[in-house]
Amino acid sequence: MKKINMPLTEDVIKSLKAGDKVSLSGTIYTARDAAHKRMIENLKQGIELPFNIKDQTIYYTGPSPTKPGQVIGSSGPTTSYRMDDYTPTLLDLGLRGMIGKGERSKEVVDSMMKNNAVYFAVIGGAGALISNSIKKVEIIAYDDLGTEAIRKLEVENLEGIVAIDSKGNNLYVSKE
Amino acid sequence: MRIIKSKSIVKQVSEMCKKINYELSKDVVDRIKGLLDQEKSDIGRDILESLIENINIAKEKQVPLCQDTGMAVFFVEIGQELIIEGNLKDAINEGVRKGYKEGYLRNSVVSDPFIRKNTEDNTPAIIHYDFVKGDKLKIKFAPKGFGSENMSRLKMLKPSDGIEGVREFIIETVKMAGSNPCPPIIVGVGIGGTMDKASEIAKLSLFRNLNQSSDKEHIKKLEDELLIEINELGIGPQGLGGTTTALSVNIETFPTHIAGLPVAVNINCHAARHIEVTI
Repeated sequence: MKKINMPLTEDVIKSLKAGDKVSLSGTIYTARDAAHKRMIENLKQGIELPFNIKDQTIYYTGPSPTKPGQVIGSSGPTTSYRMDDYTPTLLDLGLRGMIGKGERSKEVVDSMMKNNAVYFAVIGGAGALISNSIKKVEIIAYDDLGTEAIRKLEVENLEGIVAIDSKGNNLYVSKE
Repeated sequence: MRIIKSKSIVKQVSEMCKKINYELSKDVVDRIKGLLDQEKSDIGRDILESLIENINIAKEKQVPLCQDTGMAVFFVEIGQELIIEGNLKDAINEGVRKGYKEGYLRNSVVSDPFIRKNTEDNTPAIIHYDFVKGDKLKIKFAPKGFGSENMSRLKMLKPSDGIEGVREFIIETVKMAGSNPCPPIIVGVGIGGTMDKASEIAKLSLFRNLNQSSDKEHIKKLEDELLIEINELGIGPQGLGGTTTALSVNIETFPTHIAGLPVAVNINCHAARHIEVTI
């Protein structure tokens, strides 16, 4: 298990290989379908992203509501391919990590290689377990989107696996 | 004639919504546990162990197993000698509204496919109605997550395609779905009827107890063979390789037209939540 501090650095990204088990600690951001759509539409109109995306990592999740006494509701990954149309634009702007589940398009993998980025898979359908690793939550943008708002998370030992590394090695493809 | 008040339906439905999103039924939990020792991949076993840990945490803390608490799907069997005071559809939707709010379950429904504004109460539910003998009301409920729903497919085959054509389409669908629907999956299949009927019975098959096979011999054989074939594809837990790709293949059939062989494949993730009550 490789312990990784977030945000990622160039050297850390280069050292990660598809298949590596990782434990992530530090700051990450959440965004899923509706937030991606809005970020990209806003960019087209010349409106800046609501957070500085340089070197940051986005976790594709839309948590369930927070019960009293909880930090956050269940927060497992959603399927990543739905973000594929938007992702290369964000990678070009400095996004370096993504956390989700499932395969990515060739365009995303090519853009990851070009921009030195990494894609982590966490376990889909393990939302109750994963939320134990989230220690702090703050909604930082698009509050009106509810579960799809952009949240800043502090995570501790969020366990995952490098699914696609910055060289384009792909755990989903190599299994075939 | 027996009378049921819609208020009691609201209460039952809201309780079902909470319970099944926190606690998987025993048939599903036992199936996952049973496959753990057989899984050949190390990563695969790690994942299955984490799934069991997740199931235990959700039950203990009474929180959703998965943040995708689904679109609410119901199959309702209404006894013909029953009078329901009030409106059944409204009562079910009210139960969903109440259950999702009280249970801190995620509202995942948008009011229009293009405008996409959240309805904020997870309604409307998808409700299928059937009329049966007797004076009871049976309500079957499954919150359906969309990671797996999105990987579902339908095809109108020719009668000459036969059982081999159906088999090929099902395998192709599971391969195309790959890692996306959160394997290990349940492969729900509806064969026959019309285009809509095939989809409806594919969905209904996902409500089946996993220890139950088709009561038709030739269909049970197809279920058993397909399960082996799918688990030989190598997709594995979460699509990261392994021998546990599917927990079950459930096939429902219906009479169909002389010109047709409709087949619908409705996939469910491992968080296969289904529950029923009889009032």
